[in-house]
Amino acid sequence: MTTSVNRPADRLRQDDAPATVPASAGARRLGGVAGWVDDRTGSGKGVAYLMKKVFPDHWSFMLGEIAMYSLIICLLTGVFLTFWFVPAAQDVVYNGSYVPLKGVEMSQAYASTLDISFDIRGGLIIRQIHHWAALMFIVAISVHMMRVYFTGAFRKPRELNWVIGSVLSMLAIVEGFLGYSLPDDLLSGTGVRAAEGFMLSAPIIGPYIAYFAFGASFPGTAIIPRFYSLHVLLIPAILVGLFVAHIGLVALQKHTQYPGPGKTNDNVVGYPVMPVYAAKAGGFFFIVFGVTALMAALVQINPIWAYGPYDPTMVTAGSQPDWYMGFADGALRLTPNWLEFSTFGYTWVLNVALGALLLIPITYTLLGVYPFLERWVTGDTREHHLLDRPRNAPVRTAIGMTAITAYGVLLFASSNDILAIKLGLSIDDITHFFQVGLFVLPFVAFWVTKRIALSLQRRDRDLVLHARESGTIIRTPEGRYFERHEPIDEYTRWNLVQHEAVAPLELSEDVDENGVASPSRRRDRIRARLSHFYFKDAVNPVTPAELAAAHHDGHAAEALDAAESERVELESGAAEH
Amino acid sequence: MNEQDQPSTEVDVVVPGGGLDRFPNPGLPAHQPRLADLSEAGGRRAERQVAALFAVSILGTLVFLVAYFAVPMDATFYLPGVGETYGSHVLLGVGLALALLGIGLGAVHWAKTLMPDTEVVEERHPMRSSDADREDAVRTFLDGGPASQITRRPLIKYTLGGAMGLFSLPLLVQVVGSLGPNPQRSLYMTYWNGGPSDPGDHPTFKPLRLVRDPENTPIKATDVTIGSVFHVLPEGLLDMKDNVLEEKAKAAVILVRMDPSVIKSQKEKDWGYEGIVAYSEICTHVGCPVGLYEHTTHHLLCPCHQSTFDMTDDCKVVFGPAGRPLPQLKITVDDQGYLVSAQPFTEPVGPAFWGMEK
Repeated sequence: MTTSVNRPADRLRQDDAPATVPASAGARRLGGVAGWVDDRTGSGKGVAYLMKKVFPDHWSFMLGEIAMYSLIICLLTGVFLTFWFVPAAQDVVYNGSYVPLKGVEMSQAYASTLDISFDIRGGLIIRQIHHWAALMFIVAISVHMMRVYFTGAFRKPRELNWVIGSVLSMLAIVEGFLGYSLPDDLLSGTGVRAAEGFMLSAPIIGPYIAYFAFGASFPGTAIIPRFYSLHVLLIPAILVGLFVAHIGLVALQKHTQYPGPGKTNDNVVGYPVMPVYAAKAGGFFFIVFGVTALMAALVQINPIWAYGPYDPTMVTAGSQPDWYMGFADGALRLTPNWLEFSTFGYTWVLNVALGALLLIPITYTLLGVYPFLERWVTGDTREHHLLDRPRNAPVRTAIGMTAITAYGVLLFASSNDILAIKLGLSIDDITHFFQVGLFVLPFVAFWVTKRIALSLQRRDRDLVLHARESGTIIRTPEGRYFERHEPIDEYTRWNLVQHEAVAPLELSEDVDENGVASPSRRRDRIRARLSHFYFKDAVNPVTPAELAAAHHDGHAAEALDAAESERVELESGAAEH
Repeated sequence: MNEQDQPSTEVDVVVPGGGLDRFPNPGLPAHQPRLADLSEAGGRRAERQVAALFAVSILGTLVFLVAYFAVPMDATFYLPGVGETYGSHVLLGVGLALALLGIGLGAVHWAKTLMPDTEVVEERHPMRSSDADREDAVRTFLDGGPASQITRRPLIKYTLGGAMGLFSLPLLVQVVGSLGPNPQRSLYMTYWNGGPSDPGDHPTFKPLRLVRDPENTPIKATDVTIGSVFHVLPEGLLDMKDNVLEEKAKAAVILVRMDPSVIKSQKEKDWGYEGIVAYSEICTHVGCPVGLYEHTTHHLLCPCHQSTFDMTDDCKVVFGPAGRPLPQLKITVDDQGYLVSAQPFTEPVGPAFWGMEK
């Protein structure tokens, strides 16, 4: 670039590199902004890399996306709600549009929630989107977590992201509880009252926790503003931070993919961000938001006006928390009351503390450590980027179903009163059934799931070895009959044989060559036993040798395609017998 | 027996790192062309579909705007499948949903029909850094320590450790110290002790009339017929300016009259008055009001977690997770025939806690 006016000391500058390189035709079309930003940040290279980044395609990968978008919808609508919600427990006399509550004394929190619902135009739609999106957020997280578990996506190098996801999941239910406690209606107040009971149940420090949290006797005026700070500031900040880390790790480690033809542990097969995923994922945000808005328009959620303001002497029959707290509520209903007892004059309130204080941390700790446990048992330190089909990891799949069954029993137990009414059964019987079921049904689920997985694996083997029965009967010249089997193509076959063969770890010698006992003997023995538990029944994929053997075996000659070119071989095979 | 029943004995076990006897990966299947790839007419059709979806979005926005400015908030209408509902709410929501769904479905349909659908293969590399980079990072860290002289100067090391260990104390002390107050005897008392029972209050007992909640009127023993149920509070509680809910949350009582012959416990009869008995209404499980009284069985049921108490037998727990009976309030009548408390609750009401027997 040259200047038209001569400046002092121009001669010194004549060897300088030009300040800017002329823009390419493509860059000119994009406009100056991209160049302006890149001049100052050097982000062009990174942006180009990200736009070319490949993501594999599968419907189950949308589950995490639904969670991500629901979180964004909650943040967006939540900001709207803060403009009108008053997080205060002080009394006002309601004078808004909802006639049945006119003149009733209530907290400002409840009155302002009524205003959002009845007096602020479009307020109810925003409030209902917020609540539906929160429910959808936790549903999506849970189902996403199941997908990750059952496909083994948590394996190295993604253990860290599994832990982050577990923390996100736990924080999400805490955030949800805080959120539905804020309106201070009769239902949410009942939940907060129970929360006070939970705090009181903590050994030694229970009463202090309760009085510190509530700022005096229950309910006080402190809990709503405190919950509000946690709900709109602290927990969302942690959620967003962890969620950014979660997504960042997905980008860094590249997405896992399902096994299939052309897919290996060393590649990612799919579509690039620009333009395909930009359109698909961006469009999907609008779909999730749109579906949430449609639900909010047509399906009522949490009609707080029907419950009335909170009063500690009132409650409605059928009081239940939002669904994600159901399992903890169910645990409370199933815990036998003899777990409240005294020692040396001090009371252990374990009938409450087990379900209310310990269940959630224990559940999430077990979830968080699972990848490390499985890695130790299998001794597998390799990176895994290809997902497992759930049937190919029968014991893992069965363990997952065990956990889901236990969770399901607790969840249904939180509706024991409603089940009793709807089914016309005794609540005592239902509760006792769940109490026994909590310990029995998970084992049943384990056994059934493992058997189903093994059977499916055998079916896969059968399909590879013998192909599909066509129903077409062929008669040989000697009068023997064969059923013609349709061959499977190599792409279909690859899906059935791509996984690795596995076997339990062998226990190494207890003593070394000098007769000294191995110091880690006990640990090794536990590990070998667990490995046996995982892999003793392994059904391994068909190998080419096995397939060849099946073809040459007279009995398995059925497996051959009776096409014209192979019929000769078939006949000669039959003649040998 | 089929060979697949016992495959593991014959199959070569794969050692980590690769298979011994495996089928080869057949590679990506051939690309299947879509309608829009095959003919320009197919492409134009997809284009029209995408454009129609975007047009639906524009229409949805218009519906929203019209609903916002033209539909009154309190106008209701009958919507099949939903019932009588607010027109403004439904139109705003449906308009917004169409505006969003039109964009979303349009973009996805565009991506699926017109954008390239040939799969791209990207290489994947192990996550770990190269040995040289790892070595460099470790060396930089290990060299940095001694360079700061922290290893040579223990005074710095120990004072820094002390300072770092202690600096969180001010923050912790502020929060824990300023939340509060300590519960003191508040959990052991109710308004029946003679007045407000917050931390720091020291009420002295006086008999208090039982009043109806929320009418705030005293109850004559003769008004309580057999089978009737009253939600009761101590006289004076509802006249307080503040802390009404806090006192109600502990003092609420349920009053029932039964035929004295059905009452099994002598203590219960002694603490009642001619078959009229008063029990704390706050569940001993986690504090919900035990509001459901079954006339035929004289059971009190908590709707939160279904703890059930037998009113004829000291309100003992007959079912559910609650750990102990509802505390009974000893009552009598005053000289005008009104029901009054004869003594405060003799044990804490509501959820159990550590040290509640002290």
